[in-house]
Amino acid sequence: MQYLLLIYQNESEATKRSDADAGAMRKEYMTFTESIAKSGHYKGGNALQPTNTATTVRVRGGKRQATDGPFAESREQLGGYYLVDAKDLDEAIGLAERIPGARTGSIEVRPILPIPAAS
Amino acid sequence: MTAELQQEIDRIYRSESRRILATLIRLLGDFDVAEEALQDAFGIALEQWARDGVPANPRTWLVSTGRNRAIDRMRRDARFVSRVDELGADSLAIDATELPENESGVEDDRLRLIFTCCHPALASEAQVALTLRTICGLTTEEIARSFLVPLSTMAQRLVRATGKIRDAGIPYRIPPANELAERIDAVLAVVYLVFTEGYAATSGDELIRRELCSEAIRLGRLLVELMPAVSETSGLLALMLLHDARRDTRSTPAGDLVLLDEQDRTQWNRAQIDEGTQLVDASLRSARVGPYAIQAAIAALHAKAPTAADTDWRQIAALYALLVERAPSAVVELNHAVAVAMVDGPESGLLLLDAIEARGELRDYHLLAAARADLLRRLGRTNAAVGAYEKALELAALEPERRFLERRIRELRSRGSDRAPARS
Repeated sequence: MQYLLLIYQNESEATKRSDADAGAMRKEYMTFTESIAKSGHYKGGNALQPTNTATTVRVRGGKRQATDGPFAESREQLGGYYLVDAKDLDEAIGLAERIPGARTGSIEVRPILPIPAAS
Repeated sequence: MTAELQQEIDRIYRSESRRILATLIRLLGDFDVAEEALQDAFGIALEQWARDGVPANPRTWLVSTGRNRAIDRMRRDARFVSRVDELGADSLAIDATELPENESGVEDDRLRLIFTCCHPALASEAQVALTLRTICGLTTEEIARSFLVPLSTMAQRLVRATGKIRDAGIPYRIPPANELAERIDAVLAVVYLVFTEGYAATSGDELIRRELCSEAIRLGRLLVELMPAVSETSGLLALMLLHDARRDTRSTPAGDLVLLDEQDRTQWNRAQIDEGTQLVDASLRSARVGPYAIQAAIAALHAKAPTAADTDWRQIAALYALLVERAPSAVVELNHAVAVAMVDGPESGLLLLDAIEARGELRDYHLLAAARADLLRRLGRTNAAVGAYEKALELAALEPERRFLERRIRELRSRGSDRAPARS
């Protein structure tokens, strides 16, 4: 099965980190990504720019509305994600647990909905 | 079909249906499909056994019949076509010999199922409901009535839980060694929750509550049987047996609360107490004594005392101190304080209660106020005791507890103001 591991963190806390800490965190992420690539779990992943760069788009009554900011205000914000292959939820939880951000923020584990091939 | 055959099938259903379901869930990988397959298999059995007689191994027959029927059904249903491929469509002509014949294989299926039902990715209330539905075989209606929720709510809860197991890929397996301890704790917690739901609450249908307690005890026995090496399984079973042994003496026929020291000890269930006590002794010998075993040991000391005055409070206080260390919580500290008061006198108990309150814990817990009131009453500090009982009454929700507190207040008021300390 495929799972999306969504990395949520408190942005204001994250921006308070010293350069040295931020550097160490980046390095940890690189090591983690390499290790799950090697084990065959990694399907994709990215870090995101902070939510102050976000734009939310809606179409209402056929009209496009683009507004500044994220979809919802919350204590923790989506900061990145991994797409992984795992044999079941336990394996996916095991991968999520190893994401460096799990120690400070939260990882939401979401199974990918398989779309049946059109016939 | 003869009445005898019907009886025989009913008997097999009662004793085997949960094991068959567990195996079908493993083979088919889907709760709802397996449940349907189970019903199909028994339906076919009614017809075929009337004609051909009961097979030598009914369980194996029912498993393979249920599985074949489910695969037929899934083949006709577009949603499941890919699933049938996964299950190996060419193995359709099932050979009964490929099914686990040995007992341990079948028992493993039930254990796997318990771990799946109690998976931490499911909400606690869903874990409880799913365990009662799948492992105990209670109907959705019975579970809804036990937890005082509308049938539709409970049905929804179960559908959501089995849906999550399927869609999120919650595995059907016994957890690996590095996760086992934590996962066993979750299983034990679910079983104990089923028990306390039946034991502690005094609202609702008494018969249904009794049913929950006996289901929890049955689950407890199953866990001891399936995981004999885990001492906390024995601890939990002992704890439930010992509490349950006293259930009939805890209230009057009118539904009024009877405290431990006023209960009719001749009415306690001796056989259950003996069994519980033996289990406690066994689990206390384990290298690492867990919280259930400690609580069971405390319950055993109460159960063994011929009269309330003979209770070994010194040992009980020591066990509570151990429990505070192993499973710290303010409620455990409260119980410790009550036991200490029985050994060293009410003042010592009050000091410990002050310490809990000073930390701001249990402020809204009626039993803290009630414990304080009881200690003050025993010190003869009637006015302060009445005040504490009134506070407890404000916080208590259950009717029998409220009536008990009101009775105490009346007794103290008629006794007048402060006087010399009472003996008990």
